[in-house]
Amino acid sequence: MKNTRSEIPDSVLQRQRLLDRVFQGATTVSAILVLLILGGIIISLFVGGWQAITTFGAKFLYTNEWNPVTERFGALVPIYGTLVSSIIALIIAVPISFGIAVFLTEVAPQRLRRPIGTAVELLAAVPSIIYGMWGLFVFAPVMSTYVQPWLQEHFGNLWLVGHLFQGTMMGIGMLPAGIILGIMIIPFICAIMRDVFLTTPKFLKESAYALGATHWEVVWNVVLPYTRVGAVGGVFLGLGRALGETMAITFVIGNTHRFSASLFEPGNTISSTLANEFTEAVGDLHTSALIELGLVLFMITFVVLAVAKFLLFSLESRDGTKT
Amino acid sequence: MLNKRLKTTFVAGVAALGLLAGLAHAAVTLNGAGATFPYPIYAKWAEAYKASSGMSLNYQSIGSGGGIKQIKAKTVDFGASDKPLSADELNDAGLLQFPMVMGGVVPVVNLEGVKPGELKLTGPILADIYLGKITEWNDAAIAKLNPGVKLPKDKISVVSRADGSGTTYIFTHYLSKVSPEFKEKIGNNTSVSWPAGVGGKGNEGVASYVERLKGAIGYVEYAYALQNKMTFAQMQNQAGKFVKPETTSFQAAAANADWAKTPGFALMLTDQAGEKSWPITGATFILVYKNQEKPETAREVLNFFAWAYDKGDKLATELDYVPMPDSVVKLVKDTWKKEIKDTGGKAVWTEATAQK
Repeated sequence: MKNTRSEIPDSVLQRQRLLDRVFQGATTVSAILVLLILGGIIISLFVGGWQAITTFGAKFLYTNEWNPVTERFGALVPIYGTLVSSIIALIIAVPISFGIAVFLTEVAPQRLRRPIGTAVELLAAVPSIIYGMWGLFVFAPVMSTYVQPWLQEHFGNLWLVGHLFQGTMMGIGMLPAGIILGIMIIPFICAIMRDVFLTTPKFLKESAYALGATHWEVVWNVVLPYTRVGAVGGVFLGLGRALGETMAITFVIGNTHRFSASLFEPGNTISSTLANEFTEAVGDLHTSALIELGLVLFMITFVVLAVAKFLLFSLESRDGTKT
Repeated sequence: MLNKRLKTTFVAGVAALGLLAGLAHAAVTLNGAGATFPYPIYAKWAEAYKASSGMSLNYQSIGSGGGIKQIKAKTVDFGASDKPLSADELNDAGLLQFPMVMGGVVPVVNLEGVKPGELKLTGPILADIYLGKITEWNDAAIAKLNPGVKLPKDKISVVSRADGSGTTYIFTHYLSKVSPEFKEKIGNNTSVSWPAGVGGKGNEGVASYVERLKGAIGYVEYAYALQNKMTFAQMQNQAGKFVKPETTSFQAAAANADWAKTPGFALMLTDQAGEKSWPITGATFILVYKNQEKPETAREVLNFFAWAYDKGDKLATELDYVPMPDSVVKLVKDTWKKEIKDTGGKAVWTEATAQK
């Protein structure tokens, strides 16, 4: 009987302890590295953008003149474009992702679930430039000949929102960009929703079905309350991606720094401005303004994530009081 | 066991890294960075030059702004820019600048029933279109120039380049020259604030917007317009003649320019004199240091460019670039001999050193 614990030689124990410590150290270093990189990014964005920050101050955030010749820069149009295109994307992507997720977890027959699920995940693997090219060459003509005239006819004269659907119908602009963004973030939101929906205990759902609940009632009253936190998390992951998307947007948004209330007119986003202008920005102030733009995007993403965390936190605590 | 495996992996890794570093060290490579517009021809020249001389050249098309920054930081052996630096800027940095190859910018349109080269435009009209002052194709000013052409009633959709580019620099340089109002309101830069229309990314972006939008006008590089058989417009030049964009009209513009009297060759070829000159022509430039701490590398760089001037014309024309006229090449080579020195003050490059 040599296998008892006390008979393991000290040297082996010592080595294991050492290995354990090395392992702990390695993971800690990796974690700290993330913070260092993040801090480094913030610092370099500040340093790079400092000239623009000191030149324009807060005016940078709410003026809309962007003129590399006179070196006057205001970021209102790209900030507005980033937010609006992402909101359009969410309006489109959230219901569709929800529908797909419910179908895959509740409605679809077993043998269909896997192929459809894989197909949705494959959408996430398509490079964004492909979406952009498709948007420009295939989607934009369809948009300008069929979708936009229809939208203008039916919504163009509505009170309050009518002006959103006025303007030249080019198939290029804020609305097409938002729609393509929506398609791009569907797989992200959908995959997470499906995974969290699957965590609902079977007996809860089966009890509801036994009481005569419909599919919809089960999803709305049992699955969703149980998985709220995760589902909201998925939506915010999608939003985070929409805010930073560059190539696809650059192709279809029209890239102009003019402010326009219409969703049909071209606009710009922060990331597409960066992609367009960074390489050939010769003036120091121009480069600096672009880096400050990067800082603004960083801040927006940070605020979105913070709001998401706050939302999740309040949802969680409410869940706690309910039970 | 585990330790041993870790150790072997580590050693193998280090060895592999060392091997890679060694390989990278063994071959001498000339490094350049900058403008995207001439990238295809520089890459082509580099390939042909390697085949003939064994010297390899690595050119990164990171954009003119990046090229200027890289050469100032001395991370590359030469920089390339579509926008010429002024003589003052060159002197401050101790750089020498010379034109390498030319291209032109061509207005392209999408008008039903109008064939390539049929539409005629003048500089001031083009400026007014891009200022948003002329908004319809049947405007009296355009109709007067084009008596035989049936102009549709369409609104003009103005398309510009969204990304910063040498193409925009040449185009706005021309419009600023011919229209005081354009110069005052918009000005001349690699990217400007356009008062009208949409912006496409790259030549292909502008081209696809023009093809998409009825009644559109845009501007693209000559090579791009030619290869895609786009409907280009004729332009009126300084001499009052209407010319088509083609190699001869670009070279006419370069030949008529006064290179010898322009310090640093900082010359834009827009609106040049001469009956055959295409008015929206521009060269792309190379930047090297005048005082060379590494004269051997500098000599190899200049050898490459000398080879490109002497033997690269055919490749350039194949890719629809326009080679520099011989008179300009001679001027450039004379400047090399005069101005590029090693630390001892000796000329780095002469025809004799190039022979070796």
